Amino acid sequence: MYSGIHISQTDERPMYLQILEQIRQRIAAGDWPAGKELPSIRALAAGLAVSVITVKRAYLDLESEGVIVTRHGKGSFVADVNGLAGELQEERLTEHLTAAAQLARGLGLTDDDLAARLRRAKRDLEKK
Amino acid sequence: MSDKHISMQSVRKTYRFFTLDDLTLELEPGQIIGFVGPNGAGKSTTIRLALGLIAPDAGEIRVLGHEIPRDQALAKREIGFVSDTMRLLPQATLGWHMKFVASIYPGWDDAYAASLVKCFNLRTEQNVRSLSSGEHVKATLLLALARRPKLLILDEPTSGLDPVARHEIISEFMDVLRDDSRSILFSSHNTVDVERISDRITFIDRGRLVESDDKERFLDRWRRIRLQLPPGTDEPRLPHVVGRSVDGQFVTLTIDGYSDELLAPFGAHVREVQRMNLEEIFVATVMHHREVRGQ
Repeated sequence: MYSGIHISQTDERPMYLQILEQIRQRIAAGDWPAGKELPSIRALAAGLAVSVITVKRAYLDLESEGVIVTRHGKGSFVADVNGLAGELQEERLTEHLTAAAQLARGLGLTDDDLAARLRRAKRDLEKK
Repeated sequence: MSDKHISMQSVRKTYRFFTLDDLTLELEPGQIIGFVGPNGAGKSTTIRLALGLIAPDAGEIRVLGHEIPRDQALAKREIGFVSDTMRLLPQATLGWHMKFVASIYPGWDDAYAASLVKCFNLRTEQNVRSLSSGEHVKATLLLALARRPKLLILDEPTSGLDPVARHEIISEFMDVLRDDSRSILFSSHNTVDVERISDRITFIDRGRLVESDDKERFLDRWRRIRLQLPPGTDEPRLPHVVGRSVDGQFVTLTIDGYSDELLAPFGAHVREVQRMNLEEIFVATVMHHREVRGQ
């Protein structure tokens, strides 16, 4: 039922983090809109064949990030926060830009070179 | 205390060449506990104690609220037990076994049994003698699961199974846990399965409980850290080091009790921080404990 989420035991990230990131991606992409009910912890654990404590940990972290809210006895829901999906996208952009900056430094590119490359990438995208 | 599914307190059992000592083990409803130990560590002895098949020399055992071994008959109504050494009657069919078990246990669920037959790809009219070893394990599991017991005790259930059969069986275990009033004690030396499905993990070695903790906390505690120390540098003293090896400038430390702050003072020397899987943690724990106990 939740076949979209995959757990790899050779991934160096712990299993709870893999679940957390895959849920976050769905919310960021808008596939899971605000107010959507998440599968119960036990149902998701059974569906993924991972322990309850692993899924619980992922949900607790998502909750403390404000990405989901858990109402006692009612279940967990995607948080109804304005621009939350946008914030997550922002975060991802920052991550990618940091990675790009690191690569550029490794290659010895100047700031202008890097900016030019970014402009070109954007142009290529618009042409498609 | 009585709401625990298994509660063993300071249990001891002495044999001529083996002693299980000071064993304390607890299993909450809704949990899977993974019970991991090398061959001969005392896993099966512990399970036999929990089932009331043998009596402890000291300590207290309660299972599903019943005193063991005194009230074992009451407890066993709600325990499903499967071991890889269990043998069904070779000349009887699986269907005969299903009828037999159903006649003893009122909780038997016909519809669930039928769906398990299908899911495990078994045939009720087949004689047990002609089952493959994997099918035999699946048949014993089916007989235990279809009773819908509150507590499942599984002794090496996946040993000797191919990966597909293991996957099918583990999915069934997880389905049991959709109901939060049921629980599983899962003994295995397949650490990959245990790491995936257990809520708690207990290590046992040479008759002693070595370690018991929530799985997530367990995996969080351990790291392997590689430092590069140019000649002449003093090796930083880190707490919680349980293993250390040196190769030229590189020092590899195994740490139980890791936190990011631990590394702060040695920032420039840290080359790599690796998480460890359960198998590596298990081996490191057992080796360390044997060292400490001078064995």
